[in-house]
Amino acid sequence: MARTRYASDPGLIARMGLTMFLLGAVLVGFVIALYFVLFAYANRHGGASGSSDGLVVISVLIGLAIAIGGFWWSDKIALRTARAQLVTPQQAPELHGIIDRICALANMPKPRVAISPMNVPNAFATGRSSKVAVICVTQGLLQRLDAKELEGVLAHEMSHVAHKDVAVMTIASFLGIMAALLVRMGFYAELFGGGRGRGGRGGNNGGGYTALIMLAVMLIGIVTYAVSFLLIRMLSRYRELSADRSGALLTGQPSALASALVKVTGDMARIPTRDLRQAEPLNAFYFTPALSGKGSVHNLFSTHPSLEKRLAQLDKISKQLSR
Amino acid sequence: MGFLDALLGRTKPVPPNLDALFALPTAAITLQAATDFNPTGTGSVCFRAAEGKAFSDIENDVRELLSMGENKTPIEVSADSYGFTWLVCHHSADDIEGLVTDLHAVNSSLENGGFGPQLLCTILGFREGSGQPLGLVYLYKRGTFYPFAPQPGERRDNATELRVRGALGDDLKIESDLGRWFPVWGAPGL
Repeated sequence: MARTRYASDPGLIARMGLTMFLLGAVLVGFVIALYFVLFAYANRHGGASGSSDGLVVISVLIGLAIAIGGFWWSDKIALRTARAQLVTPQQAPELHGIIDRICALANMPKPRVAISPMNVPNAFATGRSSKVAVICVTQGLLQRLDAKELEGVLAHEMSHVAHKDVAVMTIASFLGIMAALLVRMGFYAELFGGGRGRGGRGGNNGGGYTALIMLAVMLIGIVTYAVSFLLIRMLSRYRELSADRSGALLTGQPSALASALVKVTGDMARIPTRDLRQAEPLNAFYFTPALSGKGSVHNLFSTHPSLEKRLAQLDKISKQLSR
Repeated sequence: MGFLDALLGRTKPVPPNLDALFALPTAAITLQAATDFNPTGTGSVCFRAAEGKAFSDIENDVRELLSMGENKTPIEVSADSYGFTWLVCHHSADDIEGLVTDLHAVNSSLENGGFGPQLLCTILGFREGSGQPLGLVYLYKRGTFYPFAPQPGERRDNATELRVRGALGDDLKIESDLGRWFPVWGAPGL
């Protein structure tokens, strides 16, 4: 058996596994809490299913519809948003050539390729399975990166396809969608249905109790949404690190990906502050776009790991490769 | 790739399949018999060089191994615009077995050094009487072959390619997914 230079990162895998487990735990907690609240409600009303029962069913159904719809049409939605056009090998021979080779190296079916006219340097991969996946790059990315860096970015995106990240993140965010819907619907039900419910039930105590149940359902929804939001963001950051890792190992060029990251992040950070700097030239002196000091709170909410973290990981892989 | 690997985001680089390469000498004879294509005696290995000293050491070893060997194979090394490295070996047109042995030596050196996943493809060159070049491309990761007949202006002669597929179907494992017959424009040695 030939030796392999592939080394998985057990720490990263453990953290990702834990995040997924916690998301699952939140889902279970969410269902149990709802069950208890509604059970208490049903007991009080002699088993008659109240409006919040229907509310839960409806929000689960709508949540499912949104998640499945987003999953099924993820490629079309993302391409529409980026105003991207699919390109043939004749239209973009260079880009197709790079992707052809990555596919042959990784033994993956070739995805469709699209170019977005946007000037922001970025790329994304989408599509519900590797058979209908689309890789999209912006014009800005093509202009700024050289062939090696572009290859690094594309290998990162191909790793997203291989890891089925669209499916994983859809399933993960389903919980968040459902909780958010429940909060919103509870809110509207309170606004419009509250008065009527009170009159219809006849009892002056029952009306207040219904409102209390509504409040409890909303509260559960808010807490679930907040916790799952943080967990989903955390999961997203781990998926990005994994894609960096697989992409770098695939091309054997971690530093090309690192240099692309620095270029892209630097450019992205510079764009919104350009006006400010023109007005205040001195600001330019302490402005380091690539490594701008963002607080840990910002890191907690972002979908991507910090540049420092990504560069550190790529550095480690580079050292492993040269040993 | 397993379900768990995808779930945990740890896809491994794919190891190459090296042994199928030895089917090439027989296939070359079949092709000569069935069509007007003759081997040119040129073969090439294409790989994605990894960064760092470990890889460049192995690359140097391979070059020395081939050029110092008993048959002193002349080899050329070139890089293409995609950043891939090509090792081109020249043999006499009737010594396909020697050529394949040399190509295999490159493969196994890279694999023993832990860089097997860096191998992209190997190409054996053929030429028709009319001058039309043909490459038999071996995809390491799939263990399959496909024909590639380039024409000027980045076009390929699909009719010839399909004809060759028909001729070689019994000797080689031809890639069944036509979407994976990716073009290698400007491949050295074609």
